[in-house]
Amino acid sequence: MIRVALPYHLRTLAQLRSDVEVEVAGPVTQRSVLDALEARYPMLRGTIRDHVTQQRRPFLRFFACEEDLSHEPPDAPLPDAVASGKEPFIVIGAIAGG
Amino acid sequence: MSKVRVLVGTRKGAFILTADGKRDKWDVSGPHFAGWEMYHLKGSPADPNRVYASQTSGWFGQIIQRSDDGGRIWHQPGTPPGETPAPGPPKAVSNKFVYDSAAKPLTTHQWYDGTQHPWEFKRVWHLEPSLTDPDTVYAGVEDAAIFRSTDGGKNWKELPGLRGHGTGPKWQPGAGGMCLHTIILDPSNPQRIWIAISAAGAFRTDDGGKTWKPINRGLRSQYIPDPNAEIGHCVHHIAMNPSRPGILFMQKHWDVMRSDDAGDNWREISGNLPTDFGFVIDVHAHEPETIYVVPIKSDGEHYVHEGKLRVYRSRTGGNEWEALTKGLPQSNCYVDVLRDAMAVDSLDKCGIYFGTTGGQVYASADAGDSWAPIVRDLPGVLSVEVQTLA
Repeated sequence: MIRVALPYHLRTLAQLRSDVEVEVAGPVTQRSVLDALEARYPMLRGTIRDHVTQQRRPFLRFFACEEDLSHEPPDAPLPDAVASGKEPFIVIGAIAGG
Repeated sequence: MSKVRVLVGTRKGAFILTADGKRDKWDVSGPHFAGWEMYHLKGSPADPNRVYASQTSGWFGQIIQRSDDGGRIWHQPGTPPGETPAPGPPKAVSNKFVYDSAAKPLTTHQWYDGTQHPWEFKRVWHLEPSLTDPDTVYAGVEDAAIFRSTDGGKNWKELPGLRGHGTGPKWQPGAGGMCLHTIILDPSNPQRIWIAISAAGAFRTDDGGKTWKPINRGLRSQYIPDPNAEIGHCVHHIAMNPSRPGILFMQKHWDVMRSDDAGDNWREISGNLPTDFGFVIDVHAHEPETIYVVPIKSDGEHYVHEGKLRVYRSRTGGNEWEALTKGLPQSNCYVDVLRDAMAVDSLDKCGIYFGTTGGQVYASADAGDSWAPIVRDLPGVLSVEVQTLA
């Protein structure tokens, strides 16, 4: 199972209290993880990726294993620790304001 | 006994204020969707328990919310909470607003610097439920376009004739973005709809949204190269009393305007207003020549004139205005009242409501003669609508 950590407002939208776990068949990539997440929680469609382009929304970032993966290709494999469920794939709001 | 339900959208959530017909004691519910910008909430005239809401965020984009019980329980249409979705592609994506590529030749509009810029969906500014069908609702969006849902908000489709009619490349964003913020449905003619865009102007369809025409004759705007141009006027809001379809009142960027022929021609009715810049305008529910505005000092100073919060009322359809001040702060007040933040109820003694950027929602149960705050310390108010309930 892949662990996904969502920002507070998306957890609220999906009525989640903590990290979510999703099952991914095949390679574990940003795309496959987010596809699985959106299939389980359709209310999140369009909130992380644009409906049409499937691009990451500009004010969101993707982190895992203390690395910024925001600009990695969507089909690049995620770190083994994410694929094994040891570390979460983190969706986080970009810092803005002060 | 009659009741009123006031739907308030703020920068950090939605609030629902309810009272009986006396309108002197209020229950406050909220915040709903805490932390999100709630641009607009509006109830269906055909089913007052059906309420639609636009929930937006710069981080997470657009969400549409719907309540079927008057605002107690909400859900995203098509995705009931707690249900495991069926396998396969979703049948409903209530926050998917995709521009119709058939709207040729509109791929670009004018940017602030005069260059062309592609249309990019940002948010829903205004939701206008059908007068007769609770499942039909229109959405005015930024970048400016009109969408319609006929399944209760589950799926949305653009009415592309508006962007496709030809002047789109001359439309330009106002300071708040290029938003379609006003949608008025004609109770006497289901084929007729008025809309307004900042900064393009007002438009009307007479065929249910297939084709549209600009209706800006008589508007004059010094901030565009041709002040009398067909397109480019920053219309801030339009109001109409449903008992007199086609008599329209407009708060333009500067100038308060009136049309007696469904928008074909406009004339200025600013008269003795201390300043005719502003955002809101509304019409008394039972006196169609009684109109309300809140003058704002200027487009460079978005707060009320002279530090005094004054609603101005004209009982003559414009030109002659009186300041309504009883119960409103008359010193050191520097709030704004945004374009969708005034509404009227339809009780015998018409109630008027407005919300400020300072978080106050004021109500008058006597057509504006006196005012009292329902709440004082909400987040900045973006919109106010009221439902009159039997």
